[in-house]
Amino acid sequence: MSQEHVPSTPVTLEGVRRTGGQRRYWKSLDELADAPAFLEFLHREFPEQASMFQDPKGRREFMTLMGASLALAGLTACTKQPEETILPYVRQPEQLVPGRPLFFATATGHDGYARGILVESHEGRPTKIEGNPEHPASLGGTDVFGQAHVLGLYDPDRSKAVLYLGQQRTWGDFKAALREPLAKQQAKGGTGLRFLTGRNTSPTLAAQMRSLIAAFPGAKWTSWEPATRDNSRAGAVLAFGEPVEAQYRFERADVILSLEADFVAGHPASLRLVREFAARRKPAGETPEMSRVYVVEGSPTSSGASSDHRLALKSSEIEGFARAVAAELGVVVQGGVAHAWAAPVAKDLKRAGARALVMVGESQPPAVHAIGHAINEALGAVGSTVSYTAPAETAAGGEAQSLAALVAEMRQGVVEMLVILGSNPVYAAPVDLDIASALDKVPFRIHHGLGNDETAARSHWHLPASHPLESWGDLRAADGTVSIVQPLIAPLYHTLSELEVLAAFTEGEQKGHEILRAHWQDALGAADFEKRWNRALHDGVVAGTAFEAKALRVKPGAWASAGATPPPGSGLEIAFRTDPAVFDGRFANLGWLQELPKPLSKITWDNVALVSPKTAAELGGVKTEQTASGHVTELAELTLDGRSVVAPLWVLPGHADGAVTVHLGYGRTRAGRVGSGVGFNAYALRTSDAAWGRGGLQVRKTGGTTLIACTQDHWTMDATPHHQAEERHIVRSVTLAELAKDKHAIQKLGHEPAPGLSMYPPHEYKGHAWGMTIDMSACVGCNACVTACQSENNIPVVGKDQVGRGREMQWIRVDRYYEGTPENPETYHQPVVCMHCENAPCEVVCPVAATVHSDEGLNDMVYNRCVGTKYCSNNCPYKVRRFNFLLYQDWTTPTFKMLRNPEVTVRSRGVMEKCTYCVQRISRARIDAKNLGREIRDGEVVTACEAACPAQAIVFGDVNDPESRVSKLKAGDRNYGLLAELQTKPRTSYLGAVRNPNPEIPGAGSEGQQHG
Amino acid sequence: MASQDRVVHPVIGPGHTFASVTDKISSIVLTTKTPIGWFVGFGIAFSLFMVFLATVSYLLVKGVGIWGVNVPVGWGFDIINFVWWIGIGHAGTLISAILLLLRQQWRTSINRFAEAMTLFAVACAGMYPILHMGRPWVGAYWLMPYPNTMGLWPNFKSPLVWDVFAVSTYATVSLLFWYVGLIPDLATLRDRAANRTVKIVYGFFAVGWRGSARHWANYEMAYLILAALSTPLVLSVHTVVSFDFAVGVIPGWHATIFPPYFVAGAIYAGFAMVLTLAIPLRKAYGLEDFITLRHIENMAKVMLATSLIVAYGYLMEAFMAWYSGNSYERFMMWNRMAGPYGWSYWALIFCNVIVINTLWIKALRTNVVYLFFISLVVSVGMWLERFVIIVTSLHRDFLPSSWGNYRGTIFDWSMFIGTIGLFLTLFFLFIRFLPTISIFEMRTLVPAAQPAEDKQ
Repeated sequence: MSQEHVPSTPVTLEGVRRTGGQRRYWKSLDELADAPAFLEFLHREFPEQASMFQDPKGRREFMTLMGASLALAGLTACTKQPEETILPYVRQPEQLVPGRPLFFATATGHDGYARGILVESHEGRPTKIEGNPEHPASLGGTDVFGQAHVLGLYDPDRSKAVLYLGQQRTWGDFKAALREPLAKQQAKGGTGLRFLTGRNTSPTLAAQMRSLIAAFPGAKWTSWEPATRDNSRAGAVLAFGEPVEAQYRFERADVILSLEADFVAGHPASLRLVREFAARRKPAGETPEMSRVYVVEGSPTSSGASSDHRLALKSSEIEGFARAVAAELGVVVQGGVAHAWAAPVAKDLKRAGARALVMVGESQPPAVHAIGHAINEALGAVGSTVSYTAPAETAAGGEAQSLAALVAEMRQGVVEMLVILGSNPVYAAPVDLDIASALDKVPFRIHHGLGNDETAARSHWHLPASHPLESWGDLRAADGTVSIVQPLIAPLYHTLSELEVLAAFTEGEQKGHEILRAHWQDALGAADFEKRWNRALHDGVVAGTAFEAKALRVKPGAWASAGATPPPGSGLEIAFRTDPAVFDGRFANLGWLQELPKPLSKITWDNVALVSPKTAAELGGVKTEQTASGHVTELAELTLDGRSVVAPLWVLPGHADGAVTVHLGYGRTRAGRVGSGVGFNAYALRTSDAAWGRGGLQVRKTGGTTLIACTQDHWTMDATPHHQAEERHIVRSVTLAELAKDKHAIQKLGHEPAPGLSMYPPHEYKGHAWGMTIDMSACVGCNACVTACQSENNIPVVGKDQVGRGREMQWIRVDRYYEGTPENPETYHQPVVCMHCENAPCEVVCPVAATVHSDEGLNDMVYNRCVGTKYCSNNCPYKVRRFNFLLYQDWTTPTFKMLRNPEVTVRSRGVMEKCTYCVQRISRARIDAKNLGREIRDGEVVTACEAACPAQAIVFGDVNDPESRVSKLKAGDRNYGLLAELQTKPRTSYLGAVRNPNPEIPGAGSEGQQHG
Repeated sequence: MASQDRVVHPVIGPGHTFASVTDKISSIVLTTKTPIGWFVGFGIAFSLFMVFLATVSYLLVKGVGIWGVNVPVGWGFDIINFVWWIGIGHAGTLISAILLLLRQQWRTSINRFAEAMTLFAVACAGMYPILHMGRPWVGAYWLMPYPNTMGLWPNFKSPLVWDVFAVSTYATVSLLFWYVGLIPDLATLRDRAANRTVKIVYGFFAVGWRGSARHWANYEMAYLILAALSTPLVLSVHTVVSFDFAVGVIPGWHATIFPPYFVAGAIYAGFAMVLTLAIPLRKAYGLEDFITLRHIENMAKVMLATSLIVAYGYLMEAFMAWYSGNSYERFMMWNRMAGPYGWSYWALIFCNVIVINTLWIKALRTNVVYLFFISLVVSVGMWLERFVIIVTSLHRDFLPSSWGNYRGTIFDWSMFIGTIGLFLTLFFLFIRFLPTISIFEMRTLVPAAQPAEDKQ
């Protein structure tokens, strides 16, 4: 894959094109070029070129470039394609070769915080997201939300027009309607004007807001997210007196204790943390070495699954444990609850000293955060594995309180004009606020967002928002680094960005690009501005914007002496968590995410009430039965504080007893055709004082059942003999001690056939022979590879019904295996792609030779030749083949046509498909190398899954080249073939999982597989 | 029925002459008023055939996703029914060819309709491999080796390609064999028909048969050659069908025992179907003199013998799973017996192994009502055998992560019932328009023909 970073010259013309009118383009280029707006634009944007514009000779040259750029920019404006006229470039735009994608650096905001991405653009259409290796919060990795970012752009249910009480209006109508109430507010000093946004890290938006508030001194700005970070901010205030952000460095940490901190998925810097975590989980060589991770958590997460020791405690019990560990380490705290693990964990932390780290999750109360800071200080970790900086968001902490204050004002009738930008409080606000009824008291309500959602329905005006891939903006990462968000395409519909909507409240510049540039011109200084600006656009980061570390000391306070928060009252404890697939609900309409099997439960298209096996038994047993159309499970009514919802019950091994976990983000009523009416709305139970959970939950089985589409059952809980993963040598894991004792410990777990044991001569490979390794020790099961593959390979979404029937189409799946007791099992994630077997069972049985071995060792699938007997799938021991049982591809929705990767065939009904090792990327690298007259180099072919993987667990390359990374890994001691005893000779091999248990932990002696 | 006390039942009832045999059989087609029962039966069969057409139309519009197939269970009712029908088709050839070569005279009265049944069963079976494909419009001919400009050939390593040859050869030879055997009788019908149109139609298909000695000599030679050609087919077709599974790597499929055990199972199923059809037929048309208890009992004995081979197959599968020490094989067997589809395994054992052993008792073996019931049980059992082999092997194979369940949808059932409709429709048409029993061969059995027979 070639990643060419080019400055974004083409897209800066987006503003001009708006002036000219999109559809008049091709007809009136001259007219447009003479338009005053255009000339003005030229002077402002390109002072040098503008003077050249007057000079006939220079003008011609300029027009050459301009024309080409306009042609490029114009091509992107495919709002309507009434007829398919192919227009060749008169002059080829620089760097654009038809058929060759360009990559532009920008950023996505996840929960407000920037994650750097590179966007692949095919002739002006963004089609694929890659991580930006130069961005500190990405390092080249992406997560499922980043991958689905591009689907969000093409979501056919996005808002397309300004609505007033549901009726279509124009932006002009809106601005006219705004004039009078705004003038009224101006007169009152803005005392009735309120703004509500999501968590904001955009310096430009913050500056804009500041100037707005300067103009309307009585106005107030509230920023709030459903996934609040109030606890960690309040914890920092307790410990240090200011709401700092803790920056963790996993690569320096030998021992990590996570107190319900989901570093894999629940932290603004997760991608970086996973990268650093995984780097220390790949033991190799004569003296293998790795970190040790303890996770204490109530609701099972991928972090817990990837740890060496996982302690399942109810969320409310963790504080007592934290205090006990702190006390062992000499931190002066009271209220510790004795636990057998506290002493050995503390001892281990102490041993590691400055190379230890304690991390506390958002779901823990502020006091636990303060204790975590105190432990880190006591260990000497500050400055080594943890440092403190200013928070990236404009208003740090107290989000829930400020929202409550806003709602109170709304009820009092103080708020006369409410502007909601990019937030959906009607759906997600704490239920006790009853924001919907409070909204009715506000006389003038404006909602700006991507979708015509629950809040839009309660607002007078709904303004359609531009997607971040079609607008200008800026965002900070959690460490403070600023990224410029640049558009890849002109807005598909008549939409405006947040910056542009806010601009409507003031006189002055109205265009997002100009607002942004003006801000940064001030911030970066005029000297060298163009150069620095272009550099920032090219790199995807504004150099030198990361925050400085602060030298802070933990201050003693009441948090130390106060005992653990009193245990909650009778009943069970409920835990609210953001969903691993649809997050807080904002992604509910994205089919890729809905259909993503959740990392541990493997449920798609639903949220459920997760309980431990013991709690299930206490509830009278939860009967979940696998049928041919999905899993039938029992329904229960969850009642908290008199509010109740009906949810499917689901037993999840490793869940803390006496607690129920529900994921947010479901039960949307106005998400769109995909997300509306899916799952139950857990927000209906979530109150202001219980953002992440509380006690007093009543669960009553209703007697009803429901169907859940789950892609993998809990087979470990079955009494079936002869099927356990270890007996089948599917998952091989050893402890670090075992590996140190015998470096072949992993390979000895299986029985590989003797080499050369075949009746047929082996295939010969004169050139390349592609292969892959997947490191199960590094894999955290985050699913990024699954979504990346779905995006790269035009994989359709089939819907809940079809998934329930076992017809999901994802080419890569992440298998989850449990080992040990259902109460607290060891969990392993095993991504499974096509093995591209040397002796492929599928190839032999295909009657029409539609799946054949290539001369580079790939098991190629010839869609045109496939007649769909499904014999290959039946005969595949890995069951990686996917069949188009029905017409799964959406051939009609116009935006989806823009979404597709033009280099990958869109499959139709009746053909088999499967992982191709991203053969299109191999071909691209081959062509590039051939043009340069050289061989493909190691690392030039990067499959979509490999590129996305934040843990770098997947390595792809040429196994014929002994110096390639993949060859070296395959020659390593942890390498083994899945089901290699079948003599399939898989080309995808696995590096066995290594765990590093502490022998002093009670029960740790039985870790690892007992196999001879 | 007067001869029940005799040790060996005759192959033809007493008192028949050349003329009575010819009259009796040809009258069913030519002179007797078609019984109301035929119309009722045909009406039902034809309605079911319409169900088949409707299902196939919907299938072609929507795709095979209307069935219950999925990943991991990529084959379901489609291939179960294919193998089931092909198995049923085996009796015809066995009776016609092997028993002819072995000079088993008792085959004579049942060979005609057994062959017809074979053809119709193969027609039903042939639908499935084509319709089970995702893209039957191309698959229907891409599996054939035909010269094309792209130089593309089918993959001769694939058992599905072998199937194409095996099944199409079988269908062709069976059709020829049946048709050649029909020629003298078609001539008889031509000669006895009163209606001119009917005469022309039968005459066309009788291809100028005059019954000359030369005709008979050629006929005998042709029939013998076709018999010799079909004999290996009896063994080969189901052997090749069993390769579809045996060549696969899936535990429960990958077994060398499959070919003999499939062939035995096919003959077993085929004879069961012959009995299912013969018992009502002889009653409805009063053919007890031609299809005597001797026939019935012999067929029961063949069923009993093949059931023992099949039972041995089941036993060996279980034994080898244990003896191999292979955990996948052991799990497969455990899963068959105690997994979610355990009921199907035990139902299969009950139908194919347990119930059939009552036929050791002669009184039951010669009780036509009981045999009719047994023949249905065996048909169900053999269907379950294919269900067990295909579904329970596939639904839980190597990686527990990909395990799934399977269940036929309404369209699986309507397709299955539809092919039964197709089969019965063809069979009812056959009964109505062609002699269900070979007239000229029956004539060789009447006492008057015996001296000539002895001289040979």
